[in-house]
Amino acid sequence: MDTASMTRPAAEGGSAPNEPVIEVSDVSLRFDTRDGPVHALAHVNLKVARGEFVSFIGPSGCGKTTLLRAVADLETPTEGDIRVEGMSTEEARLKRRYGYVFQAPALYPWRTVARNIALPLEIMGFSKAEREERVRKGLELVNLEGFGAKFPWQLSGGMQQRASIARALSFDPDILLMDEPFGALDEIVRDMLNQQLLRLWEVTGKTVLFVTHSIPEAVFLSTHIVVMSPRPGRITDVITCDFPRDRQLEIRETPEFLAIANRVRHGLRAGHSYDA
Amino acid sequence: MIDRRLADLVPPFLFGLVFLALWELVVRAAGVPTIILPAPSAIAARFLVSIPTLAADFWQTVKGMLAGYVVGCGSGLLVAILVDRSDFLRRGLLPMGNLVSALPIVGIAPIMVMWFGFDWPSKAAVVVVMTFFPMLVNTVAGLESASAMERDLMKTYAASDWQTLTALRLPAALPFVFNALKVNTTLAMIGAIVAEFFGTPIVGMGFRISTEVGHLGIDMVWATILVAALSGSAFYGIVAAIERRVTFWHASFRTKGA
Repeated sequence: MDTASMTRPAAEGGSAPNEPVIEVSDVSLRFDTRDGPVHALAHVNLKVARGEFVSFIGPSGCGKTTLLRAVADLETPTEGDIRVEGMSTEEARLKRRYGYVFQAPALYPWRTVARNIALPLEIMGFSKAEREERVRKGLELVNLEGFGAKFPWQLSGGMQQRASIARALSFDPDILLMDEPFGALDEIVRDMLNQQLLRLWEVTGKTVLFVTHSIPEAVFLSTHIVVMSPRPGRITDVITCDFPRDRQLEIRETPEFLAIANRVRHGLRAGHSYDA
Repeated sequence: MIDRRLADLVPPFLFGLVFLALWELVVRAAGVPTIILPAPSAIAARFLVSIPTLAADFWQTVKGMLAGYVVGCGSGLLVAILVDRSDFLRRGLLPMGNLVSALPIVGIAPIMVMWFGFDWPSKAAVVVVMTFFPMLVNTVAGLESASAMERDLMKTYAASDWQTLTALRLPAALPFVFNALKVNTTLAMIGAIVAEFFGTPIVGMGFRISTEVGHLGIDMVWATILVAALSGSAFYGIVAAIERRVTFWHASFRTKGA
């Protein structure tokens, strides 16, 4: 199955609730490497409505990170088209519609945590007073009050990743793109950050695209789970996951949760079957 | 903190002391002629009575060295930023810089004397030629050192090239720049002293060494070497101390406590 449609009225307000925020149409992306072309994405179709939390899950090489990067205009599709709020990805990037959280925190070591969070604000020309106010709010949002004057390398990995989330949110982008942000962290920290992220999403009403390796993480966070398979990278299933927005960690024990997790697992296995 | 620094100084101090004592002992016991190797005490005595001469030599040489160091390092840094902006300049200037750095100092020093006269500016010119290239190649490499992820981050902010340069690539290049600054302290010292062998007013450390060797005033040669060693180490130490303050965030200097 190549096509997946997942528009639905968004829960939070937005100008045109039925208009997809992100629309991926028949996108293919090929990397030409020394060993020949690699088909990172093949004929991918996807629509994401405002306020959705969409997870991308699949084995390594399924193109989930490439798809996220293509949406952010960090990669250019070989074929097909991606529209973001009706604009090209480049326009959307130049209009600063994305906050991107990478696999590593990528905080600049010569800046304090506060000045790291202020970095996009400085680049976008916010006034000093505005910067200070937003940094203060950002630190509060990710529970890092009192750590603004520290340098990133003085914080734990989880705290660094939280700071990078505050940085991505500081300029209030409409869309949050997250590429395995918690991949390097241990289970307990990851659980805590997942809960904080959910709360954040609930409060801000942002559209989130979230790449992950973890089935429970995907099911716990998402309104939709996009299952992908490799060689060539494509979408094999889109699973709706309609738990309430203020879900707690305990829902992971419920039969509904386990049923969805199972469906994701089957989808992943089907993608794997031919290259075992 | 201060206590620990003092404690760190004790071993090298003791080693130096033992080394000097052995040197003195061997020279006296074996009756080594002064021409071959004067005893440390003789060098110290010569040093103390020659302080005005040595000081005048020092200032003369330092003028050429510092001026050349500042101009050489500064222009190396600026050209590196230009080279980084334009692939055309990179392909044209880097090989030329390579060529200039391969020029022998004994060849260019007399030419610089013809161009800029006997006084310190010609020595500064030699130092510029010697320090320019290490700064250029180090800075060019440093500007490339920011990771792909750090650059992608700037791209997601739609940052301009200039903003990416000032907010990311220049700070990331600082450890490389300081490497060149440190290497260049030694090169500048050598360059300024050796350049004085090829024509100079009758003052300067290089002049002193070349003339005193002729007069067999070997103790004076050693006293000048002592000045060169002390000032060279101090120069390096100052640059290293600035490096510590400026790039405190670099993995080699980090302290968790702060």
